Amino acid sequence: MDAALLVQVVLNGILLGALYACIAAGFSLVWGVLNVINMLHGSLIILAGYLACSLWTEWQVHPLAAMLPVGLLLFLAGTALQVLLINRVVDRPVLTTLTLTFGLDMVLYNAMNAAFEATPRRVTLELGRLTLGEVVLPWDRIVAMLLALALTGLLYGVLRASRLGRAIVAVRMDREAASLMGIRVARIYALTFGLGAFMAGVCGALLAVVYPITTNATGQLLGKAFIVCVVGGLGTVPGALAGGLALGVTESLGGHFLGPQAAALLGFGLMLVLLVVRPTGLLGRKGYE
Amino acid sequence: MTPLLELRGLGKRFGGIDAVRDVSLSVAPGEVVGLIGPNGAGKTTLVNLITGVHRASRGAVIFDGQDVTRQWPHQAARRGLARTFQVVQPFPRMTALENVTAGALFAGAAGSVAAARRQAGALLDRVGLGEEAHKPAAILTLPSRKRLELAKSLAMKPRLLLLDEVNAGLNSSEIDDAVALIRSIAAEGVTLILIEHLMKVVLSLATRIVVLHQGALIADGTPAEVTADPRVVEAYLGAKFAQRQAKALVGVERA
Amino acid sequence: MSPSNATALLVWILALAATPLLGDNYVVKIATFVAFYAALALSWNFIGGMAGYPSFATAAFVGLGSYAGALVQNAGAPLAVGWLAGALASGLAAVALGAVVLRLRGHYFAIGSIALVEVLSLTASWWSGLTGGGEGLNVAFLPGGPDTIARVFLYVMLAIAILALGTTVVVMRGRLGFALRCISQNEDAAEMVGIPTTRCKIIAFVLSAIPCGAAGAAYASWVAYIAPADAFSILLTVKVPVMVMLGGAGTLIGPVLGATALVLLEETVWARFLDLHQAILGGVIVALIFFLPGGLVGLARRGRST
Repeated sequence: MDAALLVQVVLNGILLGALYACIAAGFSLVWGVLNVINMLHGSLIILAGYLACSLWTEWQVHPLAAMLPVGLLLFLAGTALQVLLINRVVDRPVLTTLTLTFGLDMVLYNAMNAAFEATPRRVTLELGRLTLGEVVLPWDRIVAMLLALALTGLLYGVLRASRLGRAIVAVRMDREAASLMGIRVARIYALTFGLGAFMAGVCGALLAVVYPITTNATGQLLGKAFIVCVVGGLGTVPGALAGGLALGVTESLGGHFLGPQAAALLGFGLMLVLLVVRPTGLLGRKGYE
Repeated sequence: MTPLLELRGLGKRFGGIDAVRDVSLSVAPGEVVGLIGPNGAGKTTLVNLITGVHRASRGAVIFDGQDVTRQWPHQAARRGLARTFQVVQPFPRMTALENVTAGALFAGAAGSVAAARRQAGALLDRVGLGEEAHKPAAILTLPSRKRLELAKSLAMKPRLLLLDEVNAGLNSSEIDDAVALIRSIAAEGVTLILIEHLMKVVLSLATRIVVLHQGALIADGTPAEVTADPRVVEAYLGAKFAQRQAKALVGVERA
Repeated sequence: MSPSNATALLVWILALAATPLLGDNYVVKIATFVAFYAALALSWNFIGGMAGYPSFATAAFVGLGSYAGALVQNAGAPLAVGWLAGALASGLAAVALGAVVLRLRGHYFAIGSIALVEVLSLTASWWSGLTGGGEGLNVAFLPGGPDTIARVFLYVMLAIAILALGTTVVVMRGRLGFALRCISQNEDAAEMVGIPTTRCKIIAFVLSAIPCGAAGAAYASWVAYIAPADAFSILLTVKVPVMVMLGGAGTLIGPVLGATALVLLEETVWARFLDLHQAILGGVIVALIFFLPGGLVGLARRGRST
């Protein structure tokens, strides 16, 4: 088997995996801290993608410049959503919270379809390609990967170094103890959800550069986020990274050797295996670092 | 007489720590054995090993001549090995009656749900919870919950009952009631192993005391022998207690 | 079963059974869907309501039943054999998949169960040699005119629903129902009291799968065509627990009530607000969670006590 081809496939997987890690990081944060599975995450990413595409076509705003405003908009929307609705069910059983976010997702999905229509669109930046011997990597995807890694790293930094970040980690580890230490848990929940939505926002803007944005993709994105969390380990940024890269490479290899449908199947298969063998994931442990 | 329970070189390792080390013990039917020792000595782990909650790393558990080392907790329950929990574990949204019915229906092998319910009603009366039979377990006070736990384990028709700190959190008169109840259970022929920190309870009920320290059995004998044992004194009882005990026992012998 | 419950269920059964006499084929079709979803909701109740394990695997078993039934039918067997094959395939799958997925709890179980749906859907798409892949599978038609077909499938779905109902009554009254209730409230304590929890959970899972398999196979015969996206529909797999929540989880008539209410609601919405269909359904779900935590049964109880 051609070595260069193998390298190509693996590198494609890594490019993809970095994006997956970024997609999953915000989702994992919300799940780990609030213990709520945010079924809206995929739709939020697509919403951000639509907004970025619209900004590009209407006002020629470069998607990388659009990342921040779109992210902030989603941050505000996410925080509001949490404060108004999700906070009321945070202590209820899994079935309730999952169904609630699913219901909200249905509303958002319908609204997006009505507003934007499902025709795929993206922002095509002609950046050329990087050629290393026989391996060819498009620059726009390399840039996307680097930015995805940077954002994930930024999240990690915020959680480790900032006051807000440490408070979030404290609430994740022990809600009661954190509350006794003066941390306003409801506020942390709101900000965490907002932060998750922010990550979805910047990811969506980023994604618009490399993938066609369409509401049909919301479920797939959510599915990837699930898989990354389970495989890599819930509640850790290194876990999201590990899970994302594992998934990306698995899909790339599977897709190449077995066809595109097999790729998705392998991803879920990997998740099921991990769920049974090591539900805490490759790097999972308590506390979000 | 064949022992009802036999532990042979039982050991349990968690990660790098030996929670239970080479414990060998033989309990005859009808005995009331006190299991004492400092916190973290491995007493609850030992109970978990006996009832199948943890799998032993080494050694064997023999119950009524059968090797049950690898049993599941529900199998232990059905064999007549019942235990109570230090932190009570009821079915919160079920009534007290239904909680005890569960014990009678499954481990207690009642013929039907109705029969189990009748047995449960009688047991609740016996432990003094008759008035509270129809209250949800979650709202019961701590002493009532302890009694519920006891009634549930009695409904399981145990041959060997492991009581894990039934008296924690109770006041003096509640403890006296509990002791009377436990004595009546022993009188029925149920073999008992009591994990206790309250020495007055152990001394008034147990005919034999076994001491666990850092996972290992360091003493096994009559109350007099054990309370005088220097290793036990050092590890757990303390010199003052030992002196008082010695005086009390000498006083008893002289009288 | 209380007399009021028994009466309500009897009325429900008779009302559905009488639709061919009372209305046209459109009405019969709706009644068939009511029976279909009632069967699914009742079956979900075993694992989700009684055992307390939030399963989103309903579509996995419905889809599996659809494909098993379709393949058996296309091989020449009579329809009823196809439906039995569907029930059997789903039941057996539940044993195998249950052993894997029932070790998980809470969120992980929920996700594991959704993953089953996705994995089966992707497998059906991929294994095109067997299943026709993404293109779908045509199923042998039942001979007869539209009236006959409408009635046959109404009564088949109703029969499946009645069987599921009967099983629910038997289980709720006996040891298994009691055991599942204990498991749902404190699984460790249940184990300690002598309940073989793994075995009970698997039985509940199998009971939740069999009606789905039969209904899925019947559905495939009815519509005469199946494809992965419809057979393993995420929308269906979420709607079914919502129906049970709407009616009142863990109760006897809750699933039936919720399924009937939601199907009728959807029909009215579909008819008038096609574009907003999803948003309205989502809105119903949100409203349900905030305003009807005990479901319709809970509402009726509150009404009676005031």
